[in-house]
Amino acid sequence: MDYILGQYNYWVVIVLMMIGFYIVIAHGNLVKKLIGLNIFQVSVFILFISLGYLKGGTAPIYSEAYTAYASPLPHVLILTAIVVGISTTALGLAIVVRIHKSYGSIEEDKIHMMDQDS
Amino acid sequence: MVWYVVLAVSWGTLLSAYQLLMQVLEQGEIIYFLGGWAAPWGIEYRLDILNAFVLMIVASIGAIVMTFAKRSITKEIARDRVYLFYTAYLLNLTGLYGVVVTGDVFNMFVFIEISSLSSYAMISLGRERQALMAAYRYLILGTIGATFFLIGIGFLYAMTGTLNIVDLRVRIQDLEDTRTVITALAFLTVGISLKFALFPLHAWLPNAYTYAPSVVSAFLASTTTKVYIYVLLRILFSIFGTTFVFDIIALDWIFLASALLAIFSGSITAIYQNNIKRMLAWSSIAQIGYMILGISLVSVTGLLAGIIHLFNHAIIKAALFMCMGCIFYRFDSVQLSDLKGVGRYMPWTMAAFIIAGLSLIGIPLTVGFISKWYLVMAAIERDWYWLAFAVLAGSLLAIVYIWRVVEVTCIQSAPAKDHPEARQPHMKEAPLSMLIPLWILVIANIYFGINTELTVDVARQSAEWLLGFK
Repeated sequence: MDYILGQYNYWVVIVLMMIGFYIVIAHGNLVKKLIGLNIFQVSVFILFISLGYLKGGTAPIYSEAYTAYASPLPHVLILTAIVVGISTTALGLAIVVRIHKSYGSIEEDKIHMMDQDS
Repeated sequence: MVWYVVLAVSWGTLLSAYQLLMQVLEQGEIIYFLGGWAAPWGIEYRLDILNAFVLMIVASIGAIVMTFAKRSITKEIARDRVYLFYTAYLLNLTGLYGVVVTGDVFNMFVFIEISSLSSYAMISLGRERQALMAAYRYLILGTIGATFFLIGIGFLYAMTGTLNIVDLRVRIQDLEDTRTVITALAFLTVGISLKFALFPLHAWLPNAYTYAPSVVSAFLASTTTKVYIYVLLRILFSIFGTTFVFDIIALDWIFLASALLAIFSGSITAIYQNNIKRMLAWSSIAQIGYMILGISLVSVTGLLAGIIHLFNHAIIKAALFMCMGCIFYRFDSVQLSDLKGVGRYMPWTMAAFIIAGLSLIGIPLTVGFISKWYLVMAAIERDWYWLAFAVLAGSLLAIVYIWRVVEVTCIQSAPAKDHPEARQPHMKEAPLSMLIPLWILVIANIYFGINTELTVDVARQSAEWLLGFK
């Protein structure tokens, strides 16, 4: 029981990662694929942050009352990764806007059919 | 004009890369602490011989392709977007340089993403609308690959507490039989293999290279895959070490299988393509198979073959894609059926294509022969004669698809031949500003095929150095 409840964070990570990955693969709508990609990336962020947790630790600002300080490095890494994720999503959505202008549709199978016909 | 600035920047960085390579060859590693913070708390930039070599490859291709780009993109990129192309090009160069030079694993991830995002943007600048779907597909698959890479970094950080490559090597020695580290290796390998299009993970490459503007194809085909193979070498050898990766986990068999499948499926699919750029894209997948084949043999000769093929393939593919850029500039098409007898009007371009094609096949006196030679030598060292035959069979397949192009363009006669009045004014040789960079690469093909001292020496030193990490 402790294995499941104690490691709750990591189970969430696994579930989110699989959901995100499934959405990318299974859905044909280009925007939904990007949402799936985002969920996939968010699961990785939660993984990193969970790794950075220190029981009884506090923020790394010196204080008399605490002896354990959590390392700020994982959080910094995640901030950077979030920014990278934002840029990727923005670029993906920009490409989807242009696809919509060119094809009139954002469903992958319709676009594929239009390419086959031309 | 924007082009002059970008040209000055790319040639300037080429000079710096050359000086750095010379310095590393004389003095050994160069270490630089960013912001003055010493490793492992700060990010360090570390240039050893492998780094400096790959840096030189990226810088020279970047500079030569930029010289070629000025006229080529007038035909392929809308005029109001040209400045965006130059911006994305410089960002991509920055990202690639950063990946090569850095000694910190997370810094590598950030630069990988910088270069990937700018390459998605550059591919979407292509003229046909299929370029957009190609860029989108590359974005999805590339981001999945980078996220896997990030997961691998996370696990390594969780086990060792450091992100510095040298420090990771030291700390990981005791931890190598833990499940976390093995999983980290798996995620890192799969993530980066997606990025350089190793056989089953290559789905994005054909469309991306076909529909991108010719300059972008020339640049991406010659640099990005090489840099990501360098990242693979860095992870497998400098962090994990040969004993763990190849003796315990036996990753070399997986790479061997993927490489052979890549070589044969890539070459055979290339034979059936009508679009010459798509043919060159599938040929690239096969050539990446050759590089991974060399790496999977885990011997000095094998690694030497893999590393030197990084350089050789870069100059071969850049020259071939630049030929296609010249042809597209004049004839507005890269479909083989539209290009009958083109050789008559563009003799210099087709001569360059023939020489680069011979190099791709691996004819002696060209640079492609050197990589094939060392691959066969590495196979024979292990008494794997079947592998030597496989390498030669791949070259035979390359002869087929190169010969198809040569036959249609140079031997078949142009439709306008019998009707001289049908010859239109655009049917002439490509402009000099495009021919000169192309021929610089072609002459480099021949020069480095004859005088192999520098490249083989550098590659051998890198191979020996990498194999020193037990």
